[in-house]
Amino acid sequence: MPSASTPQLLVALAAILPFLGSLVAVCLPGSARNAAAALAGGVMLVSLACIASLYPFIGDAPVTVGVDWLPTLGVRLILRLDGLAWLFAMLVLGIGALVVLYARYYMAAADPVPRLFCYFLAFVGAMLGIVLSGNLIQLVVFWELTSVVSFLLIGYWSDNASARDGARMALTVTAAGGLCLLVGMILIGRMVGSYDLDTVLTSGDAIRNSPLYLPALILVLAGALTKSAQFPFHIWLPRAMAAPTPISAYLHSATMVKAGIFLMIRLWPVLAGTEAWYWIVGGLGMATMLVGAWSAIFQHDLKGLLAYSTISHLGLITLLLGLDSPLAVVAAIFHVVNHATFKASLFMAAGIIDHETGTRDMRRLSGLWRAMPYTATLAMVAAAAMAGVPLLNGFLSKEMFLSEAVDNAGDHPLHLALPVLATVASAFTMLYSLRFICQTFFGPPPHDLPHSPHEPVRWMRIPIEALVLTCIAIGLVPNLTIGPVLAGAVRAVLGERTPDYSLAIWHGFNAPLAMSVAALVGGVALYFVFGQRINTNPRGGPWLMDRLDGGWLFEKTMTGLVRGARWLEGQLGTERLQPQLRILFLTALTVSLAAGAARGLDLTAPGTITPFDPAFALMWLVGAACAIGAAERAKYHRLSAAIFVGGAGLVSSLTFLWLSAPDLAVTQILVEIVTTVMLLLGLRWLPKRDAAIPVPASEEARGRRRRLIDLCIAGLVGFGLAGLAYAVMTRPAVDGISRWFVEEAYPQAGGRNVVNVLLVDFRAFDTLGEICVLGVVGLTVFALLRRFRPAPDSLERPAQQVRHDAYDHAREGREPGHTTADALLVPRVVTTWLFPFIVLLALHLFLRGHDLPGGGFAAGIAMTVAFMLQYMANGAEWVEERLRIQPISWIGAGMLIAALAGAGSWLFGRPYLTAFFTYWKPPVLGKVPVASALVFDLGIMVLVVGASALMLVALAHQSLRRTRAAEAEAEARADAEQTAAKEPA
Amino acid sequence: MEFVLSGGIGVFAASGVWLMLRPRTFQVVLGLSLLSYAVNLFIFAMGRLTVGAPPVLGAVPEIVSVDDPVPQALVLTALVIGFALTALFLVVLLAARGVTGSDHVDGREPHRAEPHPGNPHP
Repeated sequence: MPSASTPQLLVALAAILPFLGSLVAVCLPGSARNAAAALAGGVMLVSLACIASLYPFIGDAPVTVGVDWLPTLGVRLILRLDGLAWLFAMLVLGIGALVVLYARYYMAAADPVPRLFCYFLAFVGAMLGIVLSGNLIQLVVFWELTSVVSFLLIGYWSDNASARDGARMALTVTAAGGLCLLVGMILIGRMVGSYDLDTVLTSGDAIRNSPLYLPALILVLAGALTKSAQFPFHIWLPRAMAAPTPISAYLHSATMVKAGIFLMIRLWPVLAGTEAWYWIVGGLGMATMLVGAWSAIFQHDLKGLLAYSTISHLGLITLLLGLDSPLAVVAAIFHVVNHATFKASLFMAAGIIDHETGTRDMRRLSGLWRAMPYTATLAMVAAAAMAGVPLLNGFLSKEMFLSEAVDNAGDHPLHLALPVLATVASAFTMLYSLRFICQTFFGPPPHDLPHSPHEPVRWMRIPIEALVLTCIAIGLVPNLTIGPVLAGAVRAVLGERTPDYSLAIWHGFNAPLAMSVAALVGGVALYFVFGQRINTNPRGGPWLMDRLDGGWLFEKTMTGLVRGARWLEGQLGTERLQPQLRILFLTALTVSLAAGAARGLDLTAPGTITPFDPAFALMWLVGAACAIGAAERAKYHRLSAAIFVGGAGLVSSLTFLWLSAPDLAVTQILVEIVTTVMLLLGLRWLPKRDAAIPVPASEEARGRRRRLIDLCIAGLVGFGLAGLAYAVMTRPAVDGISRWFVEEAYPQAGGRNVVNVLLVDFRAFDTLGEICVLGVVGLTVFALLRRFRPAPDSLERPAQQVRHDAYDHAREGREPGHTTADALLVPRVVTTWLFPFIVLLALHLFLRGHDLPGGGFAAGIAMTVAFMLQYMANGAEWVEERLRIQPISWIGAGMLIAALAGAGSWLFGRPYLTAFFTYWKPPVLGKVPVASALVFDLGIMVLVVGASALMLVALAHQSLRRTRAAEAEAEARADAEQTAAKEPA
Repeated sequence: MEFVLSGGIGVFAASGVWLMLRPRTFQVVLGLSLLSYAVNLFIFAMGRLTVGAPPVLGAVPEIVSVDDPVPQALVLTALVIGFALTALFLVVLLAARGVTGSDHVDGREPHRAEPHPGNPHP
C-alpha cells in the first residue's frame, strides 16, 4: 500500500476515534460522569476538526482511503469523503458535540452515565461509518450497527418496561429492514459486478435496465424506509422516545433516522428516475408526511408531538426524493440540514422542560414563559423554523418544497393533488408548532407540577443557543452560510445534472409564497377553531385514526408469530430424546435408501475378495454374540453388559490387527481398558433396577409396540450398514491420495509408520484440533463432577464393604476396614510393582511411534493405565499420598508443547507445523532419525495422559467425597445431639 | 472375509442403535460405544481389506503395496474422540442422575408409578 496522505489519515482518524473512545468509556467507573462527558466531547471535537479541515480537499474527487477486507469477494473497506458525506459527517459530529454537552447536564448523577457515552460514541462511529462508506456491504454493516446501538440507547433505562418494549420494536423494525437492505445491496453488486460505490454510481443505466432492478429497489427501500420511519414502518419512532432526551434529539431526530434519507440521496443517481421509484418513494413519503403531521397535532406528550413531527418532516424529504427532479434533491438535502438543527433544539428544549418541571404532558404544562423566558424564546424561534416562518431556515426549504410540488404537478389527478396536499401538511405543521408553544409557554401559571419550574443551568442552554443561532443565520443569509456546503453536497450527488437554484429569501410573488401564506394563516386559524377541542381530546389519539394503532398491530403480529412458532414446536418438536433419535435414524435410513435406489446399489460388483478364514469368522461369531448380549443385558444386568461391550471392543481390536492396522489395534485395546474402567466407576452411582419393578398394565402394550418398532429400525440400520460396507469392500479400491502418503512418508517426514506420520506431520493441524477437543472434554468432565451430587439412594456404602465391616466388628482384635484392606492383597502388590514397567511400556510406545506401531495417543493412554491401576489397587488416598498427579497441568503442558512444536517452524520461516527431521549419530545406538514431529507427538502424549487421568481421577474421587459427606453429616448429627443433651441442663 | 466383516459391522450397528433407542442412560452409553465400533470398522473397511501388509515401511523404506493409511489415520482420531465422548456422556449421565434422581434419558420417569421400595424416585 502506498503511504497515505494527510487527508486520508485525517478521514481514518475521524472514523476510528469514536470507536476507540467508546472502548475507553466502557472501562470508566459507573460514577465517572464528568470524565465520560469530557472524553466524549473531546472525541467529538477532534473528529469534527479532522472532518472540517478536509473541506478544501473535497472539491472534485472524493478523498478515499481503503484496505482489503474480503478480497476473495471483492470487498474493500473504503472510507470515502465527498461533498455529501462531508455535510452529513459535519451534521453528525457538530450536533453530536452539542448533545454531549447537553447530556452531561441532563443525565442524573445516579444514572450510569459512562455507559450512555459508550453507546453514544459507538453510535457516532457507526453513523460516520455509514456516511463515509465507499462500499455497499460496509455500509450495511455500519447500518445494522446503528440499529443495535439505537436498541441499547432506547433501552438505556432498562428497568422501564416501555423503554424495553420500544427498544425491541425499534430493533425488530430497523434490523429487519437492514437485512432487506443487505440483500438489496448484494443484488446491486450482482448487477454492477462490484460493491464499490464509485463503480455503482457510474452504472445507473445498467441497474435501471436490469431485470433485478425492481426486487433490488424494493429491498433497498425496505431498509431505507424502515430506518427513516416512513409509513407504515413509522410506528417504532414514537415508542423510541423512551430513550433519554439527548438521545432522542440526536439519534431519533437529527442523525440516525436520516440514515435512510442519506441512503436514498446517495443512490438517487442510480435508482431514481423510474415509475417504481416515483410511486413507492413519492407515495410513501406523501403518506408519511400527512399521517405524521395529522398525528402530531393530537399528541399531549411534548416528545410524542416532536416524534410525529419528525416522521412528518422525514416524509416530506422522502417525497422530495421521490419526485424525479434534481431541484427536489437540492431541497431534500437542504431540508435535512434545517430539520436537524431546529428539531434537535426543540427536543433539547422539551428535555429542559421535562427536567425542570418533571412532566412532558402539555395538558399539565402552561405559562412557563414566566419561569423560563430564555428557554421559551429559544423554543419559539425553533418552532417557528419548524413551521416555516419567514427569515428562518425552515422557511427556505419549505418554499423550495412547495415550488417543487407546484412544478411537478402534472395533468394526472394524483399529480394535481400534490400542491394541495403539500399546503395542507404545511398548515398542519403550523398548527402543531403553535400548539406546542401556546400550550407550554402561555396561558395561566402552572399548578401542581412535580417541580417548580425555573431556568436550567447555563451550560444546558448553550447547545440550544448554538442550534437556534444556526437556524437564524441560515434563514437570514443562506448564501453565506449553507450555500457553498450545500453546493458541494449537491454536486457530489448530481454531478453534471446539478441544476441552477437560488437560496434567496425573496423570490417575488409566486405560487409557493401564496401557498406558504395560506398554510401559515390556515394553521393559525385551525388552532383557534380546534385548539381547545384538541387539548381536551382525552385519548390523545388523532381523530379518524384513533382506532388505527400500528403499535397494536405490531404487537399482535409478534405475539401471533411467537404463538405460531410455539404451536408448530408443539406439533413437530419434542423434548424427549427417544423420539428425536428415532426420527434421526429413520431420516438417515430413508435418505440413504433413496440414494441407493436412485443410483442402483449393486451388491455383486466385481472386485477382489480376500480369502475366507474360519478363525476370523469364529472370532466374529463371538463378537456378534457379545454385541447382542450387551443389547439384551443392558437393562437389568449392567455389569455383564459392560463386559460384553468390552468383548465386542476386543473383537474389533483383533480385527484391526488382523487386517493390517496395528496402530488401531493398540489404541483400541488401550482405550477399551480405560473406557471399561470408567463405566465400572460410573456403575456405582446408578439406581438399582430389577425386573421385579412392575410396569403399569396400560404401559405394557405400548412398551411392546415401541420395542418392536425400535427393533425394526435397529435391524434396518444394521442391514443397511452391512450391505453398504459389503458393497464398498468388494469393489476395487479407488486411486486416491493414499499412495502419495505412503510414498512420501519416509522421504519427506523421515517416518516409516505412515499412519503416525499422517497424524503428527502431514495432517498435524487436524491432530492439534483433536487434542484440543480432548483437553476441553477433560476439563468439562472435571467441571461437571466438581458439583456432582449423588442421588440419595446411591449414598449407602456398597454391600460388600458393609459385610466386611460387619465381619470385622464381630471378631475380636479387628477394626472395621481391616478385611477391606486385606482383600486382594497379592494382585495389589503385583499391580503396585507393575507401575514402572507400564510407564516404561508407554515410553517405548511413544519413542517407536514414528517408525513402528505406537505413537503419542497409545503411549498417553498406556501411561494413564499405569496411574489407573494404582488407584484401583490401593485406593485414591493411598495413591495421592505418594504420587501427586496434576492432570490439569498435564493438559496445559501438552497443549503448550504441541502448539510450540508447531510454532518452532516459524523460526525457520516456514508455515506453522512444518515438520523438520534429520539423522543423529550417537556413539552406541547408531543412526537415529530426529524429527520435530516427535516433540509434537510428545505434546499429544502429555495431553492424553492429562485428559484421561483427569476424567478417571474425577470419577474415582466421587466415592471419597461421599465418605466425606457422610462423615460431615455424622459429625453434624453428633453436634446436634450434644447440644440437645446440654439444653435440659 | 468381506462378508464376515460386513455382517459383524451390521450386528454391531444394530445392537448399538437398539440400545441408543432405549430409555435408560446406561443403555444409551453402551449403545453409543457399540455404534462407534461399527462406524470405526466401517470407515476402516473403506480402505478395503488387506491381510499382513500394515502401512509400516521396512528397515529399507522401499515402497511396497500396503494397506490404505488414510482410513486408519481417520479411525485412530475417531477412537480417541470416541473415548472422550463416552467419558463425557457418562459424566453427564451421572450428573443428571444426581440432579433429577432419575436415570431416564429425559431426566424424568415416563409414567408416574407409585413409589415403592425398589424405586423410591418414580
